[in-house]
Amino acid sequence: MTASRISAAGVAVGTELPEQVHRVTRADLVRYAGASGDFNPIHWNERIATEVGLPDVIAHGMFTMALAGRAVTDWTGDPTALVEYNVRFGRPVVVPDDDRGAEVTVTGKVGAVLDDGRFRVDLTVTSDGEKVLSLARAIVRLA
Amino acid sequence: MALDRELVGRSYPPSAVYEVGRAKIAEFATAIGADSPLHRDVDAARAAGHPDVVAPPTFGIVVSLEAAMVVLDDPDVAIDYSRVVHGEQRFTHHRPIRAGDRLVATTTIDAARSVAGNDLLTARVDLATEDGEAVCTATSMLVARGES
Repeated sequence: MTASRISAAGVAVGTELPEQVHRVTRADLVRYAGASGDFNPIHWNERIATEVGLPDVIAHGMFTMALAGRAVTDWTGDPTALVEYNVRFGRPVVVPDDDRGAEVTVTGKVGAVLDDGRFRVDLTVTSDGEKVLSLARAIVRLA
Repeated sequence: MALDRELVGRSYPPSAVYEVGRAKIAEFATAIGADSPLHRDVDAARAAGHPDVVAPPTFGIVVSLEAAMVVLDDPDVAIDYSRVVHGEQRFTHHRPIRAGDRLVATTTIDAARSVAGNDLLTARVDLATEDGEAVCTATSMLVARGES
C-alpha cells in the first residue's frame, strides 16, 4: 500500500504534527459550496446570515473539518491512513468580505497509541484566538 | 417540540445510487486544498495499491448529508429545518471511497433527545457499494435550536 511519510516506529504519545495556518476567504467558501453541494446561503450571503442572527457569513463547518483534516493527511502523506475522524462544531468561523478573510490555525498531537498500528491524533483548531472545533480527533493507521 | 425517543433505530429506504467520479474527487480535493496525487493521478493511486483515485477523508459528506435529509422530511420528526445547525460529524472509513464506486446510502436515527429546549438528532448514514460492500459510515449530529 501507500508509503506514508512517517512510520509507526517514529510516532509516540506527544508526537506533534506540523502546525498549519489557513486563510479562508469568501471565494474559498463559494468553491467549497460548489464542490460539496452545500449551498446554504449563510455561507455566502451576508444579508441572510445576519437575518438568522449570525455576525456575518460563516464557513461551512464541514469545510473547517476538511481543513483541519489536512494537518493529519499532510503529516502522514497518505490521505487513506486517516481511518476515523470526528469533530464537534463549537464556534463558527466568521469570514468577512475582504481579501484577508479569516485565519484558521490547526495544531495536533498524538494522544494515544492504539492497537493494530493505529494512533489517535488530537487536533486543536482555532480562529481569531477562539477554538472553533472541540473534540476534534482522528485515528490514523500507520505501517 | 421534543423529539420522540421511539424514533431511535428508525431506518429509511436506501438512496438512489451515487456514482463517484474522478472529476468530482479532484474538484473536492481542490476546494479543500488537498494536494495529494492520490486524489488526481490514477497511476499514482494504482501504484499505491488503489484501483482508482481515492477521495479525501471528508468527501463522504457529499453523499451523506443529502441522504440524512430524509430524516428531516419524516413527518414524525417534528423539527424545524430552518433552525438546524450541524453539531458533530464523524466518519469511519471501512475502505477509502474511490472513483467508480456506485454508492448507496442508508440512513438510521441513532439518537434523539431534547436538551435545554434544543432538539439533538443523530443520523447515521451507511455508505455501501451497490453490491453491499461497506465503505464509510458518516454520522451527523444535528441540533435544532429551540425558540428563544
